[in-house]
Amino acid sequence: MSHSQKRRTANFFIFILLAIGAIFMIAPLLWMLTTSVKDQQDVFALPPKWIPDIFHWDKYAEIWEKGPLLTGITNSLIVALSVTIVGTFTSSLAAFSFAKLKFPHKNKIFLLLLSAIMIPYPAVMIPQFIMFSELGWVDTLLPLIVPGLFGNIVMIFFIRQYLVSVPNEIIEAAKIDGSSYFRLFSTITFPLIKPAVAAQLILWFMGIWNDYLAPIIYLNSPENQTLQLVIANYNATYAIQTDYPLIMAASIIALLPVLITFLVFQKQIIESVAISGVKG
Amino acid sequence: METKSNLYRKERIYGYLFILPPVLGLLIFTLFPVIYSFYGSLTDWDGLGQMSFVGLSNFKDLFSDDLFYKAAFNTIYLMIGIPIGLFLALLLALGLNRRIPGTTAFRVIYYVPVISSLAAISILWNWAYNGDYGLVNQFLELFGIKGPNWLANKYTVKPAIIIMTVWKGLGYTMLLYLAALQSIPRTYYEAAELDGATGFKSFRHITWPMVKPVTFFIVVTSIIGGSQIFTEINIMTSTGGTEYSSASVVFYIWQKAFGNLQMGYASAMAVVLGLFIFVITLIQFKMNEKSSYEAD
Repeated sequence: MSHSQKRRTANFFIFILLAIGAIFMIAPLLWMLTTSVKDQQDVFALPPKWIPDIFHWDKYAEIWEKGPLLTGITNSLIVALSVTIVGTFTSSLAAFSFAKLKFPHKNKIFLLLLSAIMIPYPAVMIPQFIMFSELGWVDTLLPLIVPGLFGNIVMIFFIRQYLVSVPNEIIEAAKIDGSSYFRLFSTITFPLIKPAVAAQLILWFMGIWNDYLAPIIYLNSPENQTLQLVIANYNATYAIQTDYPLIMAASIIALLPVLITFLVFQKQIIESVAISGVKG
Repeated sequence: METKSNLYRKERIYGYLFILPPVLGLLIFTLFPVIYSFYGSLTDWDGLGQMSFVGLSNFKDLFSDDLFYKAAFNTIYLMIGIPIGLFLALLLALGLNRRIPGTTAFRVIYYVPVISSLAAISILWNWAYNGDYGLVNQFLELFGIKGPNWLANKYTVKPAIIIMTVWKGLGYTMLLYLAALQSIPRTYYEAAELDGATGFKSFRHITWPMVKPVTFFIVVTSIIGGSQIFTEINIMTSTGGTEYSSASVVFYIWQKAFGNLQMGYASAMAVVLGLFIFVITLIQFKMNEKSSYEAD
């Protein structure tokens, strides 16, 4: 067998193995989908029915009445949008300052910020909770929003990295020109780093959308809960009634926005994640 | 000269102004709470009334608390998934790096669980591990194996959660490895081939050393993330499992702080967790430094 023939056979077997792996990755999700359109009998059929005889889409209508799913979506959107929009602005402004402006102790401050990544959320959540309860913010969305408005250190780190590729000459020329520093950022620097910022924003959005620990600490009333808490409550409540189609339908609704975002921007997302490992 | 020093002064002011929000955020939402956690861990704080200083008694209680040991043991046990995930992800990345048709599709499929909400995924696997009708046991039945009621059984609940976390994280690790593999210059392999090194030899002497920084990055971030495991536990075993067999440290902290309002005791645990993560990170960095000197 020639060299290239050997390589082709090897590739064929690797393809088969990767495909089997892909089936294992996707099967639970497909099963989630088919469970959501089964009727009660098919759910408990043995042997399992992968494709039900009749597709029952009625659970997708029912979920909206069985709990605060819609307010959950609204609350999650409020948190994720306000944090990412304001937070991205503050983060990229700070990243610009760290990368392109000169001021004393810059690197020390940057290192201090970076070292804070090592501090896990559970180590600060109790005092934070007390702080926000003093302000009367428990059971509101504010404790989930306000800290994020001050910026995200990971995002600052990556945007600063990216800004290294923006030539200093452009910035220096504008400085001498007498452009105000904010205009220097908004009209000259920001347009150049937009793609990198967008990718980071999407990743951050997905992180907030999927967050669970902070919401479970702060949000008690069902109408104030974020989507992830709402579906967890569906799971707790309706599993007793073995209404799995309902639970799966609600969970799929919770998955969809991020899944669609991912499929649309998969190239950018995958690239910026891949970069994070190489540079991190 | 007047104008030039003015320019510097202005730049300095704006420089500080632009970094002010994250610095303030760090002080208010991280540094101050961390210090307060330390202080709170030395008191009998219940989150409502007075805090009286009790010295190290929280820590003394903690290290004779069976539940804490259980939670700590479970948390470390669950990290068995990290090396398993690394191994599988590297294999997948090596496969995908051969420019096989469908690479993009594979990348997307393997990555879908990563971006999916952990709550939804936990709900899905909660159902998949159902003893009678779950997907996992139905699959096992094809081979004539009668599966256990995974999440209710104290011996199988941790392996079950490990399988799920490996499944969820695989795509991320694979992607990082794939990026690292693609950045290895082809000439290295060509040179090795001329020297007669192919297959496993070239993997051992070129690929493995070249992806080492990524391995290091993944191990550190996985340990930091793994020591904070909470959502899966909370959703799949809402009481912490039979005989507390699946409770993690963060789960226990959460129960103590917000269920029992033992904020002082919970803070002591949070301090121990924070120190653990700090030490792990430090050790990893030292080891990485050392091994990269050796490589030089």
